[in-house]
Amino acid sequence: MSFSSAGYQLLPVLPELVLAVGAMALLMLGAYRGAETTKLVTGLAVVLLVLTGVLELMLPAGKLTTFGGSFVVDDFARFLKILAIIGSAVTLILSTEFLSDPSRRIFEYSILVLLSTLGMMVLISAADLIMLYLGLELMSLALYVVAASNRDNAKSNEAGLKYFVLGALSSGMLLYGASLIYGFTGTVDFAGIAAAVKTGSVGIVFGLVFLLAGLCFKVSAVPFHMWTPDVYEGAPTPVTAFFASAPKVAALAVFTRVTLTAFPGIVPQWQQILVFVAIASMALGSFAAIGQRNIKRLMAYSSIGHMGFALVGLASGTVEGAQGVLVYIAIYVAMTLGSFAVILTMKRNGQAVEQISDFAGLSRTNPMLAFLFAMLLFSLAGIPPLAGFFAKWYVFVAAIKAGLFTLAVIGVLTSVVGAFYYLTIIKLMYFDEPAGQVEPMRIELRTVLAVAGIFNIFFFVYPGPLVSVATAAAKSLF
Amino acid sequence: MILPALFFYLFAGVCVASAVMVIVSRNPVHSVLYLILAFVNASGLFVLMGAEFLGMMLIVVYVGAVAVLFLFVIMMLDVDFTELREGFIEYLPIGLVIGGIFLAELLLVAGGWVMSPGTAKSITAAIPANVSNTEALGLVLYTKYIHYFQIAGMVLLVAMIGAIVLTLRHKAKVKRQDINVQNARTPELAMAVRKVAPGQGLQDSDAAEWVK
Repeated sequence: MSFSSAGYQLLPVLPELVLAVGAMALLMLGAYRGAETTKLVTGLAVVLLVLTGVLELMLPAGKLTTFGGSFVVDDFARFLKILAIIGSAVTLILSTEFLSDPSRRIFEYSILVLLSTLGMMVLISAADLIMLYLGLELMSLALYVVAASNRDNAKSNEAGLKYFVLGALSSGMLLYGASLIYGFTGTVDFAGIAAAVKTGSVGIVFGLVFLLAGLCFKVSAVPFHMWTPDVYEGAPTPVTAFFASAPKVAALAVFTRVTLTAFPGIVPQWQQILVFVAIASMALGSFAAIGQRNIKRLMAYSSIGHMGFALVGLASGTVEGAQGVLVYIAIYVAMTLGSFAVILTMKRNGQAVEQISDFAGLSRTNPMLAFLFAMLLFSLAGIPPLAGFFAKWYVFVAAIKAGLFTLAVIGVLTSVVGAFYYLTIIKLMYFDEPAGQVEPMRIELRTVLAVAGIFNIFFFVYPGPLVSVATAAAKSLF
Repeated sequence: MILPALFFYLFAGVCVASAVMVIVSRNPVHSVLYLILAFVNASGLFVLMGAEFLGMMLIVVYVGAVAVLFLFVIMMLDVDFTELREGFIEYLPIGLVIGGIFLAELLLVAGGWVMSPGTAKSITAAIPANVSNTEALGLVLYTKYIHYFQIAGMVLLVAMIGAIVLTLRHKAKVKRQDINVQNARTPELAMAVRKVAPGQGLQDSDAAEWVK
């Protein structure tokens, strides 16, 4: 029962420590100085996130582990943490207008986003089941609250409550699976589980199914997607942008790490689960989105579909597959944040408009906005030479190399169906009569949209850096 | 050896029976009381297995806090539970189907476990001989598992912030107690001496000064 502090260095968790302490300091600032500090707290929160990201990049290279091996910082973790931090920071920037309304000056919003990001970083670095669960809860609990942060809006409250109840259910399933896995392997450590699981006994597979069900809920993959459209529609739009970006990165990261590092011995068993989930998500994401009238619901189905595509890469269970997932999620985050910058701009007479028909004739009133949004939509549909095409390219190539031809073919077919509803919006913007003037775009939205648009359009010119970093990150898992 | 077995069946039997009663009893307050009985018996089972700390925690946390809170909520909210249970017969078939599926799955797992006896050996970590449960937990909770402990603390912080964000409202018209203002009151501020003319009482203008 003796304890030695060897293996408990704090250097690998330095970024997390800075983020946690910084978030608490900002909480104190807000609590003592009141709601007037909302803007200041938001600004400082973005600075804190940037600082955390820089610290993450400055950590010594290679694989660092601490806390008895339950926390690991490898290239995979670095890549995804940076991505999650970018997602959170951009969300905070997108939220400034939402928070500037006098009735909604809640400084806790930024603190909750920071703490949720802390949960994501823990989740991405988790190397055992307890760390995984704690990271997941820290991330999700803050998300439930921000979903309901527009307190006077019934839909926002509904979104928060629905997300909370279903999230609690999924946590229960995940814990049940984790306890079964612990029961059958005698360890919660991913490496230990991998060593113990050489053959797929019924008990292990049973536990794995529950664990994956819990994780599927977090990435909103079919059949655990039911919450997504309602929560996306009900939550305030900047919060929806947040849901669609950073938490998806973290959930997909832990999905990848669990399957590839804890269960490499039973690839066929989880492969068939992932193939089913991927096909179902891609199909539902494509077909169910067609009838949508609300742009946020449409983005919800779009994100369900995109998670399906990302899981195609993971289903192959190879280095190329993991690399495909990483490239996919990076490009997906850029496309999503850009699209939400456009959706946040859509305001008439001070009121946010969310119907797809409100985009009619946007090319005549705001040609530049319409052009960039059209490019983002083409990219989401996967049309070359935009970034979204390369994202799909890498996952499908990985699936074909792994011999999953059916999956790849279904994926391509559903992406054709999916292209229909993206093209509908483009047709509305370019060929229909204008539905009226929209308010001028705020500077922060303009910046986000410009960066996302440039990345999206010119990715094909110089894809090298992202792809090589993703390759290195994927290799660090094997 | 017969005594622990006897107690096991006693606790387990009462636990299952009271769990059934939680669902079938008509009065929600009785349901909660049966739930408490189930918790107490479950904690008895823990004690039988040598996990006395867990057993006590079950009583302290679930019986002492959760169940009592539950009881409060049920008594405070006038929920018509008979109305809630109206669809019971209607949903019974689908409930039975799902229950059957779960039972089959559980049997599958139990079957797998029996068929591979090797797994049984690895499922429990070695229990140190000369340390009590509580002591063993105390030895590792703040050392080996300090990171879990700290992150759990962050989760609780989020829960606290969330509760405040979602429920605290600063209403402009609510009179709040400000101790500084109260302490700064002087007799000159709080009292006024008026001469009341016979048969007239206080004038309105005097009363207005009082309200301040």
